[in-house]
Amino acid sequence: MTALEVLYYVLGALGLFTFLSVTVMVLTYVERKFLARIQQRMGPMRVGPYGTLQPIADTIKLIMKEDILPSWADRPVYWLAPLVIFLPALAIWVTLPVGEGLVLRNLDLGLLYIVAVSVLSVLGLVMAGWGSANKYAMLGGLRAAGQLISYEIPFIMAVLGVAMLSQSLDLTRIVNDQASIANIIIQPAGLFIFLMAGLAELGRTPFDIHHAESEVVGGPFVEYSGAHWAIIQLAEYVNMFAIAALVVLLFLGGWRWPSMPFEGTGHDALSLVWFLAKTYGIVLVIFWIRGTYPRLRIDQLMAFGWKVLVPASFLNIVLTGIVLFYGWHWSVLTVMSSLTLAAIGYIIYRRPGTDVRQDTVRVVSARDAGLKPASQAAKPLSGEPIA
Amino acid sequence: MKITQTTRAADSSVDMMINMGPQHPSTHGVFRLVLQLEGERIVHAEPHIGYLHRGSEKLCEGESYAQVITLFDRMDYVANLNSELGFCMAVEKLMGIEVPDRAWYIRTILCELNRVASHMLFYGVFGMDAGAMTPILYGFREREKIQSLFESVTGARMMHNYFRIGGVKEELPADFPARLAGIVDELKRAVEECDRLLTGNEAFLARTRGISPLSAEDAIDFGVTGPILRSTGQIEDVRVSEPYGIYNRFDFGIPVGSTGDCWDRYYIRIEEMRQSLSIIEQAAGQMETGEIQAKMRRIARPPKGEVYVRSETPRGDLGVFLVSDGGPKPYRVKVRTPSFSNLQAIQHMLRGAYVADAVVVLGSLDIILGEVDR
Repeated sequence: MTALEVLYYVLGALGLFTFLSVTVMVLTYVERKFLARIQQRMGPMRVGPYGTLQPIADTIKLIMKEDILPSWADRPVYWLAPLVIFLPALAIWVTLPVGEGLVLRNLDLGLLYIVAVSVLSVLGLVMAGWGSANKYAMLGGLRAAGQLISYEIPFIMAVLGVAMLSQSLDLTRIVNDQASIANIIIQPAGLFIFLMAGLAELGRTPFDIHHAESEVVGGPFVEYSGAHWAIIQLAEYVNMFAIAALVVLLFLGGWRWPSMPFEGTGHDALSLVWFLAKTYGIVLVIFWIRGTYPRLRIDQLMAFGWKVLVPASFLNIVLTGIVLFYGWHWSVLTVMSSLTLAAIGYIIYRRPGTDVRQDTVRVVSARDAGLKPASQAAKPLSGEPIA
Repeated sequence: MKITQTTRAADSSVDMMINMGPQHPSTHGVFRLVLQLEGERIVHAEPHIGYLHRGSEKLCEGESYAQVITLFDRMDYVANLNSELGFCMAVEKLMGIEVPDRAWYIRTILCELNRVASHMLFYGVFGMDAGAMTPILYGFREREKIQSLFESVTGARMMHNYFRIGGVKEELPADFPARLAGIVDELKRAVEECDRLLTGNEAFLARTRGISPLSAEDAIDFGVTGPILRSTGQIEDVRVSEPYGIYNRFDFGIPVGSTGDCWDRYYIRIEEMRQSLSIIEQAAGQMETGEIQAKMRRIARPPKGEVYVRSETPRGDLGVFLVSDGGPKPYRVKVRTPSFSNLQAIQHMLRGAYVADAVVVLGSLDIILGEVDR
């Protein structure tokens, strides 16, 4: 490796880190404003015009806060956990392209790398849970580990479906492959499975089980404060942006689909804008879900993962394989995948075998229940003294 | 980390004791629940109360009858007026006071508004317990409107001290009818909005439908009342079974569930808000001008005797047992608070449930710790 290459990677890593840090700041602001809109309030308004400087104020506050170490904590584990959560979140961005040619290092096995590295965050959650010496943290960390497999398999399978269509694990190739027709049209079920599994991986509503505030009070992060807490939050948002970016790259055609009017340098610059616009769109969907959905229980997430998402993702693979093997037109897969999606929707909506009735409450008229009208009642007001 | 070994020798798993509360965001105050967990399952739940004990019942013995009303404000601090009414009715019954019609209309309107406010708060925190973050803001927004109306009537947002023995403190402000009509319209829309946001949500149904159902027999055995008893299919509402005040002048319904699970408990309250708003509208239509205070001595001195009066608060059957020795202060006040009785069922309901359910079940009981501990 020449000195120039080293310089390229160092500068690239710094640039990436800066890009992600700024993105996270923007995301926290967007999330607070967007949720505030859903909830009919203003959101941050005080710091800067329309509260735009709020993320900076938050960052300064978090860095200046005391970093608390619980007296019973397992020190090395406790201090390392935020880094173990953060590093995989950062590392997957090495190979995530954000525009035409805008990637630190394009890998031929990019998708495999991303899937393999992103799972490591869970180790950090378990470490944080164990190291905090707090039972809520412990419970949260174990929840994170327990739910891992139930969403990781559909996650990988959904990725695999896209890889089969493009015959590649290289993200840039996958994007270029979608120049004429995006994968969302070919595999709508794949997108749904990927997004659901992605939400579970992120721990966002409705799968924010491991840090559920109302149950385990923040889960693995309950004891963290100050800069360490900030790093964990940074990782959460970087991960969320990564999942949104993956959705765009794998299913929404990245910067290629629908095609751009420009060519040359103009195209390259605009491709970043196009990509970011789509990614923020997906991020807003994630925020929207957060604003409207309650949280599932861990066994319900596992049941959903194992009984719905895993079979559906395998079906997705098999259908894709059949269509590819016989060389049918892609629209055949569109139909099959839409039917799969409809089946998933039916299962979620009706939940066969369980009780989803909404008519168990009836209103009995007070008259029928024995309340006599005023004219018939003896004396409506207070009675006689009991001496 | 303290992990206690179970006595079972057959398997090597260990139970974890977890202390939920008194400092926990979902215990609705200073309530402590000691959970014995086997993984995510609750083996045993041990409720501990008393962190908010102020000795209200004993304090009542040292205050004049008029002053006791302020202590009742602080019992159910979410439905203060309903709480005040319980005590006022007890003294009135003991003294044989006939409260003027207009006072009863004012009381009824305010109490039903307070019921809506209380259920709106329940709606919000129950959504929060189930993991949804938006309902609490919707609920609080509506409750705020009611509280600002209360402020214009009583001068206080929560601790009103507005009901008096034999009537109410003062006449309603001049703009009350107009403001009330506006608020009732807004609340009607708001109830539907809240209903749409949460009730039929698949994740919400999954979290509440069939969770910790309570049978009617168990509910009666535990002394559970109010929406939780009605969710088991029992038609029991003090406003109907032992009518007080002017409730027999209105047409209203009692929402009754059938499964006794968390969803029924939730939806009964949504339905009750609609019924309460209907009562308010009818009462506002029937109300006429007149006296607001019965003619009586300035200082209430009930005759020697004892009395027990029930009334229906948002949480259930509030019973006030009052003993008078003929003096200016009560000899003994015993309050049978619905939250306290409803909470008794929690140990039974949580057996075998998940940790996440503990939060939802506790939320569905809608306890007020000021009332539990008194």
